[in-house]
Amino acid sequence: MNYEFNWMIVLTGEYREWIIHGLIITLKISGISILLSLLIGTLITTLRMTKVKILEWITISYIEFFRNTPLLIQLFFWYFGSYYIFPENINQWLYAHDYEFAVGVVSLTIYTSAFIAEEIRAGIMSIPKEQMEASRATGLSFIQAMANVVLPQAFRIVIPTLISQFLNLTKNSSLAMTIGVMELTYMTRQIESYSFRGFEAFTVATLLYISLSLTISLIINIYNKKFLRMIRY
Amino acid sequence: MHWDVVWNNFGYFLLGRFPDGPVGGLALSILLAVGGIFFAFWVGIIFGLMRLSKRWYIRIPSIIYIEIIRGTPLLLLIFWFYFLAPIIFHRPVPEARSTLVAFTVFTGAYCAEIVRAGIQSIPKGQMEAARSSGLNYTQAMIYIILPQALRNMIPSFVNQFVSLTKDTSLAYIIGVQELTRAATQVNNRTLNAPAEIFFTIAVIYFIICFGLTQTSRYLEKKLSYKTAGRMRQQEIELIEEDIGVP
Repeated sequence: MNYEFNWMIVLTGEYREWIIHGLIITLKISGISILLSLLIGTLITTLRMTKVKILEWITISYIEFFRNTPLLIQLFFWYFGSYYIFPENINQWLYAHDYEFAVGVVSLTIYTSAFIAEEIRAGIMSIPKEQMEASRATGLSFIQAMANVVLPQAFRIVIPTLISQFLNLTKNSSLAMTIGVMELTYMTRQIESYSFRGFEAFTVATLLYISLSLTISLIINIYNKKFLRMIRY
Repeated sequence: MHWDVVWNNFGYFLLGRFPDGPVGGLALSILLAVGGIFFAFWVGIIFGLMRLSKRWYIRIPSIIYIEIIRGTPLLLLIFWFYFLAPIIFHRPVPEARSTLVAFTVFTGAYCAEIVRAGIQSIPKGQMEAARSSGLNYTQAMIYIILPQALRNMIPSFVNQFVSLTKDTSLAYIIGVQELTRAATQVNNRTLNAPAEIFFTIAVIYFIICFGLTQTSRYLEKKLSYKTAGRMRQQEIELIEEDIGVP
């Protein structure tokens, strides 16, 4: 090992600004995608649970297709293919705004929502059937029973797995660098090519990602110990 | 639509320049995935067993390894080994080899958690009975616990293999000539059929990964009927849920 470490270069001045900027973009893209994927994932599961054959068929193929293809390919598909898929005026509007960021959010959301839909379904399946039947018998409609009785209980059970999905999403957001979203990994790569100080930049980025994930897994553990053991049946 | 672009380059997607040059395309992706899961399996067994050790100086290093790797994006890990390898070995290392190391180290951490969950799901009585029949700890582990645990772990390993197959697409970033790289090369050369090209690539990945997922589901069902305690697979899943294996 003949490499001289020089930590000051990434901890002060311009490069520090780059890293902070990258971290903010990472948090932003992950935050937006988390909310959207949770929404879409819940929607898809609910559609699948309606037991209408055609809806079931569509949602299953959505889940299976997007779960079993690499995120990178999905990113490239939307990034390069949107010109040929969407009408001209939508594309013009997207190009005028933050196109890369939008593509990143769309791909991350679609990819993660397929996983989340499966997790939520597993949660719903673990709720005894009688819950649904009883609430239907008291006069609630399917949607009401789902929203007020089944989903709240299911969410409590799947929260730890959901959080680890969000963690995966945050890590996966690093792939958005390939289409030019200036998030944390993109910035470290940039610092590497500007200054040849790759290891310092990579160390800082790695530590940031790890501290993010350790905080979250700590929260999951506390939740599991305090809460989950009591409600498992 | 320009499906002829896809059709003309289909051989390149599958094999790269194979007969005339190095292996590439889908073949290289599969080679990377198979090599990665093979080495990661052994890494996983070693670190999974270390994780369960009663001695802190064996357990702590394993916990540190697992937590660090699980908190880091694979992309950063690939960059780490890509830039680190020439400094350690004092000569350029082929990209495919440094990504293989990155895949092994990354998947190894997840495999270690699978191994831990699998061993913990075997009833304690098995170990106690083995020890009281005169086997020492290592013998009991090798002949009694691991054979049972490994069989329960097979579906989880297949799932891990699926996600590794998808992750091999990341090798594209440092210039390994695998399927994703082949696709972007053809896309850059032709420029008129990106949607068709990437859809085709997505379907190729889908066929492989979906086939494996279905296999894992089938195995899960079959194995859970075969094992004496039908609860075990469910227990593994519960533990995996807690630790967040994808």
